[in-house]
Amino acid sequence: MRFILKMAWRDSRASRRRLALFSLSIVLGVAALVAIGSFSANLQHAIEGQAKGLLGADLAVQSRSALTPEAKAFLESLGGERANEVSFSSMVVFTGSGGQTRLISLRAMEGGYPFYGEFLTDPKDAAGRLARGEAVAVIEETLMSQYQVKPGDSIKLGSSQFTVVGALKTIPGESAAVALLSPRVFIPMSRLAETGLLGPGSLVRYKTYFKFPPERDVEALVRDLRGRFRELRLGFDTVEERKRELGQGIRNVYAFLSLVGFVALFLGAIGVASAIHVYVRQKIGTVAVLRCLGASAWRSFAVYLVQGLGLGLFGALLGAAVGVAVQLALPSLVKGVLPFDVDFFVSWAAVARGVGAGLVICVLFTLLPLLPIRRVSPLVAIRSSFAEAADRPDPLRWVVYAAIVVAVAAFAWWQTPRWQIGVGFVVALGVSFGVLAGMARAVAWMARRFFPRRAPYVWRQGVANLHRPNNRTVLLLLALGLGTFLIVTLALTRATLLAQIQGTSDGNRPNLLFFDIQDDQIGPLRELLAKEGAPIQAQAPIVTMRISRLKGRTVEQVLKDETSKIPSWTLRREYRSTYRGTVAATEKVVEGTFVGSLTPGTEVTPISIERELAKDMQLALGDTVEFDVQGVPMQTRVASIREVEWRRLEPNFFIVFPEGVLESAPKFFVAATRVATPADSARVQQAVVGAIPNVSAIDLTLILQTLDGIFSKVQFVVQFMALFTVATGVIVLAGAILSGRYQRLRETVLLRTLGATRRQLLQIQMVEYAILGVLASVVGCGLALAASEAMARFVFETKGGFAPAILAGAVISVVSVTLVTGLLSNRGVATHPPLEVLRQET
Amino acid sequence: MSVQSMLKVERLTKTYPSAGGALTVLREVSFDLEPGASLAIVGPSGSGKTTLLGLCAGLDRPTSGQVALAGETIGDMDEDERARVRNDHVGFVFQNFQLIPTLTALENVLVPLELRGEAGREAEAQALLTRVGLGARSDHYPIQLSGGEQQRVALARAFINTPKILFCDEPTGNLDGDTAHAMTDLIFEVNRERGATLVLVTHDLELARKCQRILRLRSGAVISDERT
Repeated sequence: MRFILKMAWRDSRASRRRLALFSLSIVLGVAALVAIGSFSANLQHAIEGQAKGLLGADLAVQSRSALTPEAKAFLESLGGERANEVSFSSMVVFTGSGGQTRLISLRAMEGGYPFYGEFLTDPKDAAGRLARGEAVAVIEETLMSQYQVKPGDSIKLGSSQFTVVGALKTIPGESAAVALLSPRVFIPMSRLAETGLLGPGSLVRYKTYFKFPPERDVEALVRDLRGRFRELRLGFDTVEERKRELGQGIRNVYAFLSLVGFVALFLGAIGVASAIHVYVRQKIGTVAVLRCLGASAWRSFAVYLVQGLGLGLFGALLGAAVGVAVQLALPSLVKGVLPFDVDFFVSWAAVARGVGAGLVICVLFTLLPLLPIRRVSPLVAIRSSFAEAADRPDPLRWVVYAAIVVAVAAFAWWQTPRWQIGVGFVVALGVSFGVLAGMARAVAWMARRFFPRRAPYVWRQGVANLHRPNNRTVLLLLALGLGTFLIVTLALTRATLLAQIQGTSDGNRPNLLFFDIQDDQIGPLRELLAKEGAPIQAQAPIVTMRISRLKGRTVEQVLKDETSKIPSWTLRREYRSTYRGTVAATEKVVEGTFVGSLTPGTEVTPISIERELAKDMQLALGDTVEFDVQGVPMQTRVASIREVEWRRLEPNFFIVFPEGVLESAPKFFVAATRVATPADSARVQQAVVGAIPNVSAIDLTLILQTLDGIFSKVQFVVQFMALFTVATGVIVLAGAILSGRYQRLRETVLLRTLGATRRQLLQIQMVEYAILGVLASVVGCGLALAASEAMARFVFETKGGFAPAILAGAVISVVSVTLVTGLLSNRGVATHPPLEVLRQET
Repeated sequence: MSVQSMLKVERLTKTYPSAGGALTVLREVSFDLEPGASLAIVGPSGSGKTTLLGLCAGLDRPTSGQVALAGETIGDMDEDERARVRNDHVGFVFQNFQLIPTLTALENVLVPLELRGEAGREAEAQALLTRVGLGARSDHYPIQLSGGEQQRVALARAFINTPKILFCDEPTGNLDGDTAHAMTDLIFEVNRERGATLVLVTHDLELARKCQRILRLRSGAVISDERT
């Protein structure tokens, strides 16, 4: 052992810088794992530390409709301290900003919520003024800056004026990310009625928060009352529940990001293996001499295995250090997404996991090029032709391949609790690498087979480098192509989704939707919109109802049935159904016959149900459903099943009744129109909110902004992780070119000796790296197109987009990076006199 | 261990598979070499000299026949056992020196001892380097030494484990005339001092005549075995 360590150390003398460079390939992969792992530990710790602040109360009970007397009595019977919140979507008018309007989430509060954690506002006394019941509002910080609102300015909610007293910084239980969907405006509960916004049919959420004495076991209470909650159609949330949900969410995100980070590590390990392969070839003479001098096969092998271990350990430790530094940056990246503060600390367990994973994967990959050392014949010392003997097939290679597959699967399984994901990850990784490697081989083959022999010399030489013996084509295409693939897939998916939403407003389709229109307001609204030049294109009456029986069984029976696989939300929700005589333009009947009007004397009403809901509720044609239409039971049967294009900004419904049944029921309306420009949209919205304050509006621009905002955050985090893969690709590229540099040194020197100019040598390199860059980016973009098309078709159920700008940008970037990295890595070879370069070679 | 024969070669044959069928590069070679003797193997290129040296030194396995080195039959040994025999009994001097480029001259000389796990013998290695005239260059790397100096380091390394037999493969093949002469003298001098058996492969008949026996090969077969 002593000899092995001593020899490994001495032998590495001349190559330590090179070995350190090889090890850089795994640095970013390990850094990604350590940063994500340690940050995830910070998050879990924060969840534990701020548990009560996650909810702001011991228990939150919520309902989608005003509490029944029975529910109220039940909640009062629970005791403890209580606070109430009513929230719904509405329009705010910024009277000081030219009457601009915005869809917001209005929160009316009463009581001492939050009981735990702090309701932080700027200035600090704003929350206190709210609690005192003044006609004041605290509004989302983003609204303040977006609409240039200052404390003291007025806003209008419904028919009431409120004075803005401050900006919302944080409130327990919610992250600023919710503001992406709908910015929050807080007012005192006592001022809600005077706004006149709470009309029948408003989609309102009622919440009651409880604070119990510390000795009260809330979890046990909730367990006992679970049945009662269902009967009363109440939802509940406890601190433990919130911890579980958040913890699970964080674990899922952590697992996903870890797998993305692992791709970088895997790619880096391939880079290490490739570099070691070149390194080992240069060491065969030394191994042969050691064998002549009496070193056994395993001893000689062990010398280089120790170097591989040292390299892996160095890379992994450096990666851990970089990972900790990256971890410092993560809180600012996810700022606003998390509903709690995160304290920074280094999780040594995460560091150990990252270093361990890096070391294991690196060593396994290093074994592949090291194994042939065992078979180096001592005869090589006297006859170099024996070097090829080491290239014979080696059964141990298969053992190492199997170990790599097992290690990757184990890592994936370790990160995600499901073995299917482990297997899926191995298969996906294998397919991606296999496709890239296969395409690289095809490219090398085609370069040899089809490149014109009469092309200029520098072109022929540059192309020949792609298919020469010991070429790096596969590795380079893998390194560059994989990163391109990941980044371009993300960009294309984003573009597809946004283009699709934008596409829904093409032509004359509606792009501005009004809702919460009362029965007596639809007429005035129609007149108003016509006057504003935006006549209603589609409108629909809405009648609220709940399901009381499904195929003969009561909802309570189905909910209590543990074998039932019907999601409870489908049974507990309030359905907003419509009635009409025809199928709308956004839907098509896929089963049965759509019944547009009721034949007199029909007892069981034929209804049409949306396909996915029918699937969830296990409903088929002819099945019966009993609805409770605001106190009146109504028997129905499924007469048709529709496919609905939900993405279009038009009134769409789960359940459609025929005409002649619901007309007399209390109802309200939604209406859609089309406006030409954002300015028209603002003008029409202001006119409507001015005349009918309780009507809310949402336009396509807002949806696009919201979607883009959410996508930007998600894409940023995923892209941040994907960048580790891209950067690893560049390092692998540099490493491969540098190791290739040693391989090609003699050839370059020979060309120089034969009279090649520096310009010619540079041109040869440029041709080679430009071709590699183009091929890698084209292959990466091709795979990304396929992946985004698959995502579009199977996940988002739409058509994938072809975004030439993104693809062209990717090709230009990748070619530039390849050229710059290639030329930088090869600098010195062409500028030094041949003799000097030869002397430098070791 | 006292042995009557230091190197005993019996009906040694080596055949390689090739595209055109089996290629016999050595056929039925036999000879016997007593301790302390010196033998030169000569012949034209492709006559099988290096193959014979490799088989005698246990660097390869014969297709048939036997080699006994210092009383140990090495033909049936596996590669690691043969490595042990080489480390115990054999010294090498190669045409292209074969120093390990990453080790200093002193470290190169120490390798055979370190392979045995023997530490603390730097003084001995230094003395050997001094003996070959490189006492002041012990911390130099091979690249910092001339060809003749490298070969002297190789000679010091060959003798550090007190070998019973020294195999030299064209030891002066890469050296100029004067350096080659000096090297030849040094090999024989040191070999005499250390009492090792010497087997050397060479094209140089003048060098061969310095040995007690000359074995001539042609097309893989012995055509003469003469004493000088």
